[in-house]
Amino acid sequence: MFPLNGTMQDQHTPAADTAPSLETLLVAVGRERDKQAFGVLFGHFAPRLKTYLRRLGCDSGAAEELVQEVMLLVWRRAETYDPRHASAGTWVFTIARNKRIDVLRREQRPEIDPDDPALVPEPDESADRRIEAKESSGRLRAALKDLPPEQAELLRMAYFEDKPHSVISAEHGIPLGTVKSRLRLAMERLRRSLKDVG
Amino acid sequence: MNRPSHHPGDTLLIDYAGGALCEGASLAVATHMAFCPACRHAVTEMEAIGGALLDDLEPEPLSDGCLEALMARLDHERPAPCRPAVKPSPEKSRYPEPLRSYLRGRLDGEGQIGEGGWRFLQPGMRCMDLLSGPNGTTRLIRMKGGVGVPQHTHGGIELTVVLEGGFSDEFGAFLPGDLAIGDPSLVHRPVSDPEGCLCLATTIGGLKLTGPLGRWFNRFVKF
Repeated sequence: MFPLNGTMQDQHTPAADTAPSLETLLVAVGRERDKQAFGVLFGHFAPRLKTYLRRLGCDSGAAEELVQEVMLLVWRRAETYDPRHASAGTWVFTIARNKRIDVLRREQRPEIDPDDPALVPEPDESADRRIEAKESSGRLRAALKDLPPEQAELLRMAYFEDKPHSVISAEHGIPLGTVKSRLRLAMERLRRSLKDVG
Repeated sequence: MNRPSHHPGDTLLIDYAGGALCEGASLAVATHMAFCPACRHAVTEMEAIGGALLDDLEPEPLSDGCLEALMARLDHERPAPCRPAVKPSPEKSRYPEPLRSYLRGRLDGEGQIGEGGWRFLQPGMRCMDLLSGPNGTTRLIRMKGGVGVPQHTHGGIELTVVLEGGFSDEFGAFLPGDLAIGDPSLVHRPVSDPEGCLCLATTIGGLKLTGPLGRWFNRFVKF
């Protein structure tokens, strides 16, 4: 069990929590190179990352090697993690996604640079719609469980099979229009859950 | 600057957020995102969905000793710098990341795309390959003002992002940041705006041209 000490209880962790959240642990790794916190994060994420990579076609050994590479990046980059922008799960997902594209496809992952002065800026009011990452992740998971099975199934394929929706449509014999409308309906429901407050 | 009015749409953004799109198509979507705060926000939501899906996966235990082996590696890590390394000041460029990185070495002192390296496609229309691979070709296309592309359809999916100037076809006007999606069901005849047009175009699967002039044109765009 990870000890709750004074420095761990920052503004992101309600004092009533019995165990520190994954977000708190990740911040501790970033700020203090806290190995014990890293061990707890490994215990949570590594077995899920292994399943993720197995679904993408890795054998068990290759998946475990890649899990270690991903977790090493988590250790190295934890300092850049900002709990206001993403839940720990979301942040780890993006690291794992980019690493598996690099290793399994040998491709780069083109991404915007959030600090790029050439970015067209957000309109002012959109600051209000920033996702409150930690608060919304619970609602999002509940909404995922409530999705109609055919929508949830397609969503998992889209995230875990390394195939764009057009290929999923062709390979599974589901008309493209059906694939698109199921994914859009799923997005609509999940977006609502992200916006709901309380 | 005006915000774009033609977007990739949820399904293509999910492909991007989940990591299923190939590099060239990802470059097109991410370039659109540099112009489009709404699609940046949508991808943030979709990455949160990716995080929630990851959390919900059935855990598969790792072999004994994995954590210990990794912990031993951490001991050999050099201590992290106090703050992230200062990024080198961006190369002078009017083009946003990630496109800027793909233009490295092709920009002149003014941050403009140089005159070298272009290939002739048809009168008033030139192209420069940025990426080519089994998934298709990603290139810049530069058109002079008022140039029309022969009527064509698409063997696969073609994504075109306007960088400067614009073009119009049967489906509307496309201005900087706008992303046009061409697929086999689409037959169109784009014409560049009077000031010309610079686009990033990526083709997933072959581009098929229809009509006699199109078949002639096809010889040049085949890869």
